[in-house]
Amino acid sequence: MTSTTPTTTTIVTGRAATRATRRHAGGSRHGEQLIGWAFLAPFLLAFALFLAWPILHGLYLSFTDQSLTGSGGGFVGLANYVDALADPVMWGSLGNTVWFTLLSTVPLVVVALLMAVLVDRGLPGQWLWRLSFFMPYLLASTVISQIWVWIFNPQIGAANNVLKAFGLEPIAWLQDPKTNMIAIVIATVWWTVGFNFLLYLAALQNIPQQQYEAASLDGAGGWRQFTAITLPQLGPATTLIGLLQILASLKLFDQAYQMLGGLSSDTTRSIVQYIYETGFVGYRFGYSAALSYVFFAIIIILGVVQALITRRRKDAR
Amino acid sequence: MTTATRTLVVPGAARARTRRPIGRRLTVLTVLAFAVLLILAIGWLLPFLWAVATAFKTETDAASGDAGWIGASGPTVQAFSAILSQGNVYLWAWNSLWTATAVTVITVTISALAAYAFSRLDFRGRKWLFVVIIAAIVVPPQVLIIPLFYEMLAMGLVDTHWGLILPQVVAPAMVFILKRFFDAIPVELEDAARVDGASRFRVFWSIVLPLSRPILASVAIFVFIGAWNNFLWPFLVINDTGLMTLPVGLQTVISAYGVQYAQVMAQAVLAALPLIIVFLIFQKQIVKGVATSGFGGQ
Repeated sequence: MTSTTPTTTTIVTGRAATRATRRHAGGSRHGEQLIGWAFLAPFLLAFALFLAWPILHGLYLSFTDQSLTGSGGGFVGLANYVDALADPVMWGSLGNTVWFTLLSTVPLVVVALLMAVLVDRGLPGQWLWRLSFFMPYLLASTVISQIWVWIFNPQIGAANNVLKAFGLEPIAWLQDPKTNMIAIVIATVWWTVGFNFLLYLAALQNIPQQQYEAASLDGAGGWRQFTAITLPQLGPATTLIGLLQILASLKLFDQAYQMLGGLSSDTTRSIVQYIYETGFVGYRFGYSAALSYVFFAIIIILGVVQALITRRRKDAR
Repeated sequence: MTTATRTLVVPGAARARTRRPIGRRLTVLTVLAFAVLLILAIGWLLPFLWAVATAFKTETDAASGDAGWIGASGPTVQAFSAILSQGNVYLWAWNSLWTATAVTVITVTISALAAYAFSRLDFRGRKWLFVVIIAAIVVPPQVLIIPLFYEMLAMGLVDTHWGLILPQVVAPAMVFILKRFFDAIPVELEDAARVDGASRFRVFWSIVLPLSRPILASVAIFVFIGAWNNFLWPFLVINDTGLMTLPVGLQTVISAYGVQYAQVMAQAVLAALPLIIVFLIFQKQIVKGVATSGFGGQ
């Protein structure tokens, strides 16, 4: 089939011919060129239009004073970045984002680990555990926000009923700037811990069973086996889950925005929310694009750290 | 059996049994594990069950602050019928279903084709192109909202479903996951067919794809859930109430309802239902899918 393709002569080059020594045999090399690009074309088109171009265009916009209405658009050099670095709201939202990441990552890793280790013991009711821990992850941010706004209702919410049962003073959870971030963290842990739980469960199932058998022959009890085998074996998974969680937490927007009913609070505004507000409420596209790039830079630095760590792991293996 | 029950009556003997466990059964640790697990499961189910309970109350009962599971006037489906009598919920559910399906079909199709090209076909620039696409995994979609919105404006796609769908179909991570899977399929399977004169596409379609069904299902389910629940982009690109997806539509209604808690909870429960059903049906693939997509970058 490939040899009968009419346009075979167009793309042959010496380089391609020498390179074409892949493990598969058969088929003419030049035909392969065209077929390769044909398979790739649809993805590449979408990639170019909806990822590559926006990245480049966003970078360009960040050097302009473009607004939504089309007014402005002149080149302003680094002015947006200079403004961003001097913008207290930018630093405030960056601080909130980091604070949220710190508060949420620890329970999201530790609770997930606890759940996975307990479920992995093979106790009866497997589907029930999986359903209860993972189900919230499947819910839309809108749904979980509605549920938690109801629970955190200061007058009649369940959260304050619990506090009352313990003889504590009720709290205006989401309305009080001192507690609104805590409330968002609680809702987030409930919502997304199931994903990490399943990652840990997968990692646990990769631990060779013989290690446990050998340990119990040596007389090691359950707890000893946990600290000597399970925890060390989960090391790489924990690093990875932790990093993935940090990257996910830094993107905070949906639930924080919706739990406060779309209002902005100086104690919960995340960097993504600030990007949204400058772009789609303030209509300052240029400045918003610059903020996006500040955020992007942070993500890239963390991505590089993650790549370095996983590479070291692979080399060590 | 009878001897076992009889020995259990003797306190000392019972203790001796638990101390010398058969396998893992009934150690102190197991009982403790079970108790902690139960507490966690209850803690995780309660918020949702509370929402369900509220949805079956009358508005007066819901707003009374009475912490009971069933309202004073007894359970009622008033809140559900009030929600369902408004046409928008059906419309939003349909919009969600069709846009999420479109995103899933397009994403899986173009990702599988690209992954096959990277896995099996030789063409110039294969290596560096793959590196570029893999590097794009780190790009958070939130960073692109401004230029993407600008682009949709220019293309006239703001406030259209295509404007909502198209920017969601680029998933470099899925290309990576699928390529890794294709790499593991023995080439000999394809070579035999190719010797018989089958084209690349034919080999891809009738040999590679059927072998990849489990991974395709995992990828598809994940793309679907992501698209169904996506909030930020649909929220930005759609203004027309009739074109909204379920998450965005419901969000606009919270403020409109004010303090009608039972109705808000009935909505939340209705919106959650489809995905709970999806989970119960595809539990295995979802659990596997988390492992493959979550560790995709590894």
